[in-house]
Amino acid sequence: MADRSQPVKSVGTRAPSSATPRAAASTIAPWQKPNYGLTALALLAVAVIVLLTLGTLAAVAMRADTPVTLRVSDWAAIRFTLWQAALSAALSVALAIPVARGLARRRFPGRGLLITALGAPFLLPVIVAAMGLIAIFGRNGVVNAGLGALGLPEVAIYGPQGVILAHVFLNLPLATRLVLQGWLSIPAERFRLAESLGCNSRDIMRLLEWPMLRAVVPGAAVVIFAVCLTSFAVVLALGGGPRATTVELAIYQAFRFDFDLGRAALLGLIQFALTATAAALAFGLVRPVMFGGGLDRVVSRRDADHWALRVQDSLAILSAAVFLLLPMAVIAVDGAPGLFSLPPQVWAALGRSLWVALLSTAMCLALAVPLALFAAKWRHGRAIEALGTLTIAASPLVIGTGLFVVIFPYMRPSDLALPITALVNAALSLPFGLRALAPAARDVQADYGRLAESLGLRGFARLRLLTWPRLRRPIGFAAGLAAALSMGDLGVIALFADPDSATLPLQMYRLMAAYRNDDSAAAALLLLLASFGLFWIFDRGGRADAGT
Amino acid sequence: MLELEGAVIANGEFAVDADLKIAPGTRVAVIGPSGAGKSTLLAGIAGFAPLSAGQVRWNDARIDGLAPGARPLSMVFQEGNLFPHLNVAQNVGMGLRPDLHLSQAEQLRVTAALERVGLEEMGKRRPSALSGGQQSRVALARVLLRNRPVLLLDEPFAALGPALRHEMLDLVADIAAEESLTLLMVTHDPRDARRIASQTILVAEGVAHPPRATDALLDDPPEVLRAYLGAE
Repeated sequence: MADRSQPVKSVGTRAPSSATPRAAASTIAPWQKPNYGLTALALLAVAVIVLLTLGTLAAVAMRADTPVTLRVSDWAAIRFTLWQAALSAALSVALAIPVARGLARRRFPGRGLLITALGAPFLLPVIVAAMGLIAIFGRNGVVNAGLGALGLPEVAIYGPQGVILAHVFLNLPLATRLVLQGWLSIPAERFRLAESLGCNSRDIMRLLEWPMLRAVVPGAAVVIFAVCLTSFAVVLALGGGPRATTVELAIYQAFRFDFDLGRAALLGLIQFALTATAAALAFGLVRPVMFGGGLDRVVSRRDADHWALRVQDSLAILSAAVFLLLPMAVIAVDGAPGLFSLPPQVWAALGRSLWVALLSTAMCLALAVPLALFAAKWRHGRAIEALGTLTIAASPLVIGTGLFVVIFPYMRPSDLALPITALVNAALSLPFGLRALAPAARDVQADYGRLAESLGLRGFARLRLLTWPRLRRPIGFAAGLAAALSMGDLGVIALFADPDSATLPLQMYRLMAAYRNDDSAAAALLLLLASFGLFWIFDRGGRADAGT
Repeated sequence: MLELEGAVIANGEFAVDADLKIAPGTRVAVIGPSGAGKSTLLAGIAGFAPLSAGQVRWNDARIDGLAPGARPLSMVFQEGNLFPHLNVAQNVGMGLRPDLHLSQAEQLRVTAALERVGLEEMGKRRPSALSGGQQSRVALARVLLRNRPVLLLDEPFAALGPALRHEMLDLVADIAAEESLTLLMVTHDPRDARRIASQTILVAEGVAHPPRATDALLDDPPEVLRAYLGAE
């Protein structure tokens, strides 16, 4: 307890005392005053976020070409960005509905494991996903081999269809989780009631499931739409050319090939307008969603016992599992032989990536933890959480362009490539971190706030004895997400890096672009192992020996 | 002497008026219809609900400006009295030092307090390994070590069965007598009040009335209390 409180503290013990409390005169009691240290940290975090998103945007705006003149290719990029995102979102959600319905009403061995595995593509580095899809749908992949054997024309993975395929691969799991949550939010009693009234599965669809889908599907679609607007690595690997260039890729090309900062900045403004619109839409439509937790319930549904429905559900679940797990399996198989004969620059890139991932994780926690704790104590705390998600609307390449514009006059941006990548990755992981931490911090305050106050548990002792033990699981989870996302990120680094400062995803992309297939496959496996490994270590560390 | 003078305790839209005095060492029950403000009264004394007017005094010193932990009182809540991630001895030790930097002598006092409530073997266990009654005992052991003159109980035994509840009430009465504590206990059962409280505060319609002798109040209840109690 602070020394300052000594005169008032003596009232609290039963030692004979004539002390008179001095604080009593003020209308606000001392314990109701804000915790200045925490407030300062939270404000600092807010400042960092605002500078990174809106500050870089301002830098971009000042540098952008004026008068604004858009070329034909720019319009093509805007059109492609919008329609590929719309189509990717629509397909992801449409395919997710039968899968989620199957998972909601079927109990089978491995169901829990499958739902956990559905989370894996979220942690999978995007460039690795692209490579896995190439291995299956590419020229030499199993799909084309099968089509060739049947005498059918082959499919091409490069181009718009490849971009959309990859986006569906990456977002189908998210869509499935969102829709599954919708299904499980219907109370089991409703199904029982409907059953007791003699409803068949078509009536139940109309009465219960259709209204749920109408509430859930638009939100899920908008989130995926927004994610696909800012997708970069997929388009870099599978798109390009006049038919499949997004605004994000056009920014990169203006930078890398023309070194035209003014044009890159102008494209950055366009990109921001697109994402801000999508984010505003999403903000109105999307319900808060938690990862993990609560998806293990199965509603027993006698209306769905019909054999045709069983076959339908089994097919949906099986095809989704194969579609989502096969590319990862292929990476493992193709990459394993070359893993220990990788060129030294790949190992050096791994070292740099680990360094970036750990730094980024530390930064992400430094932003998310104070924000979550502050939001839990403050009456308008949810506004803070909304602010934290501002970075969802931000495009990494716009932030990167802005930082480049700011740094360029003073020093070589490539010297700062790694710290900047870490910082931008931290900002991009922040929404997920906050989503894991903020509700937990709120619970601690609601469940133990009064008890802690009544015992005088405050300051550092409270942090050590209450906050840390109660929050270590979500902190571990958030750290794992941040580390894995940063490990696999191929975005800002592509703008800043010179040949000597590539991270592992960039190094892997370079090997792919050089058609060094064995090395790139091995590097992909290495990257996959590093991303999943980092997540596992942090998540595990948060759980280990944590009392409940 | 615990005094509430012209106190208006705010709890959102709702407020409780209290103008009353409790003599030191008295055991007082707080009774009244649900939603009438029993818990709000305790929250006001403990510092969890702000006063919009008036004062709370202990032995003529104002305490309504103090943080909850600095007030001359201990509180046992309806639930959530223990930190689930700390063991029993740590939970009790918080009564001595919230930062748990306990000296050898202080650790002996923790052991002694656990012995007093009959849990001498349980120090290393987590609360989840304890029964509901044992958890209440841990909270009371912590009250012993906090060594504050006033004890507030907000229906802490409501979830226990009758026999266990009586046992806990008797333990509370014993501890209050040994430590000459001033006790305020919210209850919804008039038999609890008769069992351990010589005085009873009736809280009804947003007013906490001054304490009266428990038996006299319950034998001839005013209209509002009669409606709540029904035929006893």
